[in-house]
Amino acid sequence: MTIRTEPVTVNVGPQHPSTHGVFRVRITFDGEDIVEVEPVFGYLHRGSEKLAEERNYVQVITLTDRLDYTSSMINNQAYCLAVEKLLEVEPPPRAKYLRTLTAELQRIASHLIAVGFFVQELGAFGTPLMYSFRSRERILDLFEMLCGARVTVSYMRPGGVFADAPRDFWPALDRFLEDFEEELAEMEQLLLENEILMVRTRGVSPIPAEVAINCSVSGPVLRASGINWDWRKQEPYDAYDQVEFDVPIGSNGDNYDRFWVRMQEIHQSLRIVRQCIAQIEPGQVRLDLPLVLRPEAGREAYGRVEASKGELAFYLVSDGGISPYRCKIRSPSLINLTIIEHLLVGWKLADMIVSLGSIDINMGEVDR
Amino acid sequence: MALREVSGQDLADALNGALPGTVQGFDEEVVWVQPSRVHAVAEYLRDDPSHDFQFLNSISAVDYVEYFDLVYHLTSLRQLSTAVFKVRVYGRDELNVPSVYRVWRGADFQEREIWDLMGIRFNGHPNMKRIMLWEGFEGHPLRKDFL
Repeated sequence: MTIRTEPVTVNVGPQHPSTHGVFRVRITFDGEDIVEVEPVFGYLHRGSEKLAEERNYVQVITLTDRLDYTSSMINNQAYCLAVEKLLEVEPPPRAKYLRTLTAELQRIASHLIAVGFFVQELGAFGTPLMYSFRSRERILDLFEMLCGARVTVSYMRPGGVFADAPRDFWPALDRFLEDFEEELAEMEQLLLENEILMVRTRGVSPIPAEVAINCSVSGPVLRASGINWDWRKQEPYDAYDQVEFDVPIGSNGDNYDRFWVRMQEIHQSLRIVRQCIAQIEPGQVRLDLPLVLRPEAGREAYGRVEASKGELAFYLVSDGGISPYRCKIRSPSLINLTIIEHLLVGWKLADMIVSLGSIDINMGEVDR
Repeated sequence: MALREVSGQDLADALNGALPGTVQGFDEEVVWVQPSRVHAVAEYLRDDPSHDFQFLNSISAVDYVEYFDLVYHLTSLRQLSTAVFKVRVYGRDELNVPSVYRVWRGADFQEREIWDLMGIRFNGHPNMKRIMLWEGFEGHPLRKDFL
């Protein structure tokens, strides 16, 4: 006997605890299978691009903190690189190293959240998430030593960073690196070859490389599909041309690969942090630029970085005034969501939240 | 290993050869193309093996009051190169540009965002609805005359 099913449309979010913020998606199910997906955005839209047109170049930095609030250091970096391109200046070497170092610490913190929630959504309730938050807290403490803030850091400035690291910062960083080694090993032992995790995620929602490229997907999601593409390698900025690291590549582009690539990237980030500590030299940390910057009229710049979620870019246009004439934010989270149809349609209800977690979106950045 | 930036001159030469009459002007970095030919230009830049721009980084719209500029940033993952082309549309009302959704699916949300916030419609986009704001919202907030 066959059982007849009827399509049912279910609304998920925007107040759903597992949608990583205020994401809302309307899903049509046929029995347990997903047949149609329609994402709905805008619940966290604050008009950051319009607000940037009203502030001067340095004040915009505080807006960038609030885009992807789990990787504010990298947002600062992308914006500062764009402004530096507009002004045609280059920060001093010590500032470059400090930026690279903090950006990599931020990437570790952001990937820890991604991995922690990803596993939480699989049903590993609490433990892995607490493990990752334990280590993330330590990174936020280090940021607090640098700039007094834990999340909304506003640490970088066009032409360098806001202040040099205090003397206590370096021993604290060493202690963190030492402890984190152990904590990461503990997490990997728990997760990396966990049978339940593998059965639930291997082969689920694979994204072929051509689809990923055509959908403009970037970051760990693109690399999980087997594409060797990392802006830190392709277009080295700050001190990335001075450090050695590998780009981990997945093979199937399934949920497991996306998780695996992030775990491997944490190791590479640690490598970069260690090299930065070894190579950094005393010196100036900020160029002596005027407080109110006025880039030449008619100039435009596209400053991009490899953020923890993918390619984050600021497209700035100057009219010679004290604030950007246009500040377009190319946010990786929004554009990575283009694959949501490929990711969910044809798969089961039980994998929906997990697949969503595997692209690691942040609504502050999706809606801006 | 840095990427090669394809100059406006090179792009203009290639486009003049393959699609005569599409180029409106160029400078060092950028080429401006006819608004009505955007889809053809996009398809050519993606499929021509010497360009091979399979990756659309972003589409941005800039309001210069007399006209709007649409800026397309492209990357070729195989040729290791980047390029920029722009489209200039004059006027304030009833603005229409062909969509590149069928060429690069990554344009989906970006074109919707430009319609929502800048008020430029994309013909041929299957779901040309507002994205950040709700249907029924009056005006397009990123325009310079929206206060």
